[in-house]
Amino acid sequence: MELHSQLKAAVGELCRGFPDAYWRELDARRAYPSEFVETLTKAGYMATLIPEEYGGAGLGLTEAAIILEEIHRSGGNAAACHAQMYIMGTLLRHGSAEQKKQYLPKIASGELRLQAFAVSEPTTGSDTTKLKTLATRKGDRYVVKGQKIWISRAEHSDLMLLLARTTPVEQVKKRTEGLSTMLVDIRKSLGHGLTIHPIRTMVNHATTEVFFDDLEVPVENLVGEEGQGFRYLLDGLNAERILIASECIGDGRWFVDRACRYAKERVVFGRPIGQNQGVQFPLARAYANVEAASLMVAHAARLFDSHQPCGAQANMAKLLAADASWEAANAAIQTHGGFGFAEEYDVERKFRETRLYQVAPISTNLILAYLAEHVLGLPRSY
Amino acid sequence: MKILVCMKQVPQKDAPLKLNEGGTWIREDVSYEVNEPDAYALEEALRQKEKHGGEVVVITAGPARAQQVLREGLAKGADRAIHLDDNAFVGMDAMNISKAFVAAIKDDKFDLIFTGLQSDDYGYAQTGVIMAELLGWPHATIIMEIQKSDGGIKVKRELESGFFQHVGMPLPAVLTIQSGINKLRYATLLGIKQAKNKPLRKVTLDEVKSSLSDNMQKVEKLYIPQKSKKTEMLEGSPAEVAKKLVEKLRNEVRVI
Repeated sequence: MELHSQLKAAVGELCRGFPDAYWRELDARRAYPSEFVETLTKAGYMATLIPEEYGGAGLGLTEAAIILEEIHRSGGNAAACHAQMYIMGTLLRHGSAEQKKQYLPKIASGELRLQAFAVSEPTTGSDTTKLKTLATRKGDRYVVKGQKIWISRAEHSDLMLLLARTTPVEQVKKRTEGLSTMLVDIRKSLGHGLTIHPIRTMVNHATTEVFFDDLEVPVENLVGEEGQGFRYLLDGLNAERILIASECIGDGRWFVDRACRYAKERVVFGRPIGQNQGVQFPLARAYANVEAASLMVAHAARLFDSHQPCGAQANMAKLLAADASWEAANAAIQTHGGFGFAEEYDVERKFRETRLYQVAPISTNLILAYLAEHVLGLPRSY
Repeated sequence: MKILVCMKQVPQKDAPLKLNEGGTWIREDVSYEVNEPDAYALEEALRQKEKHGGEVVVITAGPARAQQVLREGLAKGADRAIHLDDNAFVGMDAMNISKAFVAAIKDDKFDLIFTGLQSDDYGYAQTGVIMAELLGWPHATIIMEIQKSDGGIKVKRELESGFFQHVGMPLPAVLTIQSGINKLRYATLLGIKQAKNKPLRKVTLDEVKSSLSDNMQKVEKLYIPQKSKKTEMLEGSPAEVAKKLVEKLRNEVRVI
């Protein structure tokens, strides 16, 4: 616990060097927070989950969640780099000894950025097994053809983990088979079959669409066994869910803090607006829901760290935390009235940012469908 | 060089402060942080160690919560820590804190002692200077730069109106460090992990009690400034009003 409070304090101190104005200005320019990411990387926080033997800190998801929550609680946004923490998990769990030795130390030091995971496609969305990007084996390489969308940070990454079909769907027994994960060296591939186009969105999220036009990927870049990629994908999802849930908790706490501060200071009709129950109650409820969701996030992280099944808990953590942060965002913007819409109050920016988590990395409805089917035993609905 | 850095835990700058029941200090239920000038003192000590080798030791006095500043110091690169662990240190004056520090380090041989220029809460700027007197060491305040020289150090002090003073002194010595003279480092994740295993010596009040005396300085009463609004209309010709206004600004408000 002492380590946790140390971690919180240290990340908080680092974040104070990147105040609201820093994020606001980046948001206006739709620019990547390079200085923040570099500082965080240099201080070793991006290597939290990498084992010590590969130059990381060898800590658990609980600690990684504390770091990300604190960044969001301070008003910042870790989405620019959080994937550097967890995408390497596929490599760590399923990569060869050679691959781990080759890549993990460089990912730990920040020399290599592996923070893009190419899964979603324009026509298949969450129906991952239907993805159409094909990697056809030709001698000692795969030739990749297809298109991906919503691939965040691809322009700020050196490596990309790609999920592609290596056996056509009609040739496999189960549609979850025949998918493979492989590392794409973005630096070498750009202009040689790989094209990346940024997509401008309502949040400053550095997301892109990626085109593979007969891109050649060496066979040694295959991670794990050919055809087992879907299983590897599922393995990594719990970590992603829990970490993004922790960011939502950070957002939620930020909204409640800011709204309460404003409600105490803003005087209308001769008294602070926070004295009105109409203002108090939404904030109190948002606070309670954020606190409750944070318990589920901590519970899921503990299960993950002790190598116990945590699919249901990770999904519930993401659902509850994203709902709580969104509720807090609404309460905060309502409390601020017109000022909530003014950029200089930062509420509208965080409001836009936290809205994303109702949709990404998994839509709320799909979590409900998962719980209904896998936890409650109800018939599959999709 | 073996350097001791005195660090204090103070209420966070933006913490909402409330007075305690007796009105002699603030209520304890606030968030705390490292006194900012002490953070610069620590940074300077770490830089001196990186240049010249040696050891950096951090020391603080206060209840269990104060240990956080030592842990932060250790995470940033200090080698060991000394915690004078008792709630009674919170109410002590600078003289007694200095006496307690000097008693706690009597078996150590430091080349330099750094403190921040002053604390963000009381702002007395006395601890470093008093320690130097108790130890019989030379001292210099408001330090901007430190360079090792033959047999001692050369320091640059900040004076008023943009003037500086360069002073040479033998070691051991005490320096109080000006804020902003360096760029503070962040604690690394590895540093935080390693800090857990660095030595932290606890010193009880009893161990230093014989060195202490009655407080020579004490806060009788604190007051939260009362906000008030007063409007006074000045009348007369523009020239007369201007004259009256200048008079008021000069003699009543004292801003010109």
